[in-house]
Amino acid sequence: MSAKITPIRSAAESALIDRFPALKASLPGLPALRENAFAAFAAAGLPTRRVEAWKYTDLRAAMREAAPLAARPNDAEITVALKGHSPLAGQGVVTLSFVNGHHVATAGALPAGVSITPLAKALAGGHPLLSRIGALKLVHGDLALSLNTAFMTDGAIIHVAEGVTVDGPIALRFVTSGATAVATAARVLMVAEAGSHVMLVESHEGQGALAHQPNTALEIIAGDKAVVSHVRLGLNSAGAVALSTLTADLGSETSLTSVNVALQGAVTRHQAFVRFSGGDARAQINGATLLSGTQHADSTLVVEHAAEPGGESRELFRTIIDDEASGVFQGKIIVQPHAQKTDGRMASNAVLLSESAAMYNKPELEIFADDVACAHGATCGALDDELLFYLMSRGISKAEAEALMIESFVGASIDFIDHEPIREILHALVRDWLQARAARLNAEAPTVS
Amino acid sequence: MLEIRNLHVKIADEDKVILNGLNLKVAKGEVAAIMGPNGSGKSTLSYVIAGKPDYEVTGGEVLLDGVNILEMAPDERAAAGLFLAFQYPMEIPGVATMTFLKAAMNAQRRQRGEAELTTPDFIKRVNKAADLLGIPKDMLRRPLNVGFSGGEKKRMEILQMTLLEPKMSIMDETDSGLDIDALKIVAEGVNARRDPEHAFLVITHYQRLLDYIKPDTVHVMSRGQIVKTGGPELALELEANGYRDYQSAA
Repeated sequence: MSAKITPIRSAAESALIDRFPALKASLPGLPALRENAFAAFAAAGLPTRRVEAWKYTDLRAAMREAAPLAARPNDAEITVALKGHSPLAGQGVVTLSFVNGHHVATAGALPAGVSITPLAKALAGGHPLLSRIGALKLVHGDLALSLNTAFMTDGAIIHVAEGVTVDGPIALRFVTSGATAVATAARVLMVAEAGSHVMLVESHEGQGALAHQPNTALEIIAGDKAVVSHVRLGLNSAGAVALSTLTADLGSETSLTSVNVALQGAVTRHQAFVRFSGGDARAQINGATLLSGTQHADSTLVVEHAAEPGGESRELFRTIIDDEASGVFQGKIIVQPHAQKTDGRMASNAVLLSESAAMYNKPELEIFADDVACAHGATCGALDDELLFYLMSRGISKAEAEALMIESFVGASIDFIDHEPIREILHALVRDWLQARAARLNAEAPTVS
Repeated sequence: MLEIRNLHVKIADEDKVILNGLNLKVAKGEVAAIMGPNGSGKSTLSYVIAGKPDYEVTGGEVLLDGVNILEMAPDERAAAGLFLAFQYPMEIPGVATMTFLKAAMNAQRRQRGEAELTTPDFIKRVNKAADLLGIPKDMLRRPLNVGFSGGEKKRMEILQMTLLEPKMSIMDETDSGLDIDALKIVAEGVNARRDPEHAFLVITHYQRLLDYIKPDTVHVMSRGQIVKTGGPELALELEANGYRDYQSAA
């Protein structure tokens, strides 16, 4: 006899489970995929620290209430949402804007060889690439991605034809806005056919301090010899519990560079699941995270080398943590038995700027092949005193020297972006963060009378 | 220019004494050399003058133009006209050399109450100094010292010295790890700044550097003290006889 255990649902879990049957009738397309994803979520619930993959980010605790899934915004709401300045404004040759997960505008001319279809339209009307959504089999199932799949409302399907070099970035701007907190579930699929060259940049902007719950997913499928670069900028609302997932399926001799810059949001988790399906591919997966107050940011990464030759993966995650904020890096490189000649190197480095700052590093290697080179390194510490002295000995003040060192530290990760204007914008955002920190420190400093 | 009186220094949080009642004077316009065996405290002296926090001064004074600089932070000392060329210059990934140079030059100007440099003026100054030191332009665009050879790093130190225009420069074993061509370039950078207004303290282990930077005075350091002072001939004598005599004398 086996005891049947009925888990106690949290308010958020019950709300999500209750809402699905009603919503699924109104959410078009891919019913089986949604059902399966929902079933996986319903069985497991929101992950807690007892789930190894979520050990340092207790989503169940962070998401006590499930915010309602955002309805399509009306014109007035769209105007309000889009009127703020987007840091990446003007960088895309074509820019798609989304408000609360719904596609609301496309600006710029579609480059030759590129087709973009809003996901809601594709889901309702059919699209030849729909079957590619959720097709990548992950080594580990993932609950954030399952939730996105179950509730995905809108987004985009981007197709870059074989051999096409897209002359400039394709930009996606996601804005979360409104008078009350909402949940969003945007999904983007980009298929870059063989030999194509494309850059995709996303910015996720949340207005105000509301506890929005965006859960976005981007799937990249790169054909043989495709060269894909990806930049994600996380500027969620101050109270946001924001989840984002990148999955990438790499064909032979492809190259993928992905840089995630995380700056805002109360609890954020960015996941990258990268699979080397073809031989001799190359991936550079980076993160640059700056945290203050009580922010918590999690970078989770699984890189699976599953072809021979196993290819080369490089990961560089840089985290700056101030005040009582906490950071997480969980990175796993898996080398399958046949993925010989894999060369994987993963580094997570964190700098703690205060006594109460915390960083959790969990690097893992799972190697089943014998002819591979894999390494990982995780460091955590204060700013380097020797470097600080060097800069100060040149006349630079302590505050300015620290700022230069912090910019240098996260810049090492950002500088893999091969697009100078965007790189500069990201550096400028880092400097804004540093100025805000300097202002905080000045405000805290005792006034001299 | 620089006067050190009875300086006692130990390593912070430890009992190890490094400088033990050191006295030294460097006059305006003078090039003074300090030579000494390994472990005699030469590098510590340069760090203490520049304000490195790892040391504790337990006694004595360091005066720059009559002002005790020991209570000043390293950046204030730099703005007061002090420069230390490091034995091992630091790398700063992600910060372009030009950005760093501009930050340093303007920080010092601000501290001195001077106007910041305009970008064209800044670039003109850097290009002029870089040409003089044989520093290619692409090095200035790269992150500071990242991937630079030992010689390139030392040249970058001299470039910084040239641009920051200190009145008192300390060269901490600038010759270490340099081939003869790099040594000549570094020496030329120092010699170009020799005039009655500037002073140099050249710390070295070997006499070789002093063939190219002719010192006015040579001091021998041992066990945290200056144990002998003489003219350039003292360096030659050390080269011939080694430091044996001084190690036991201290």
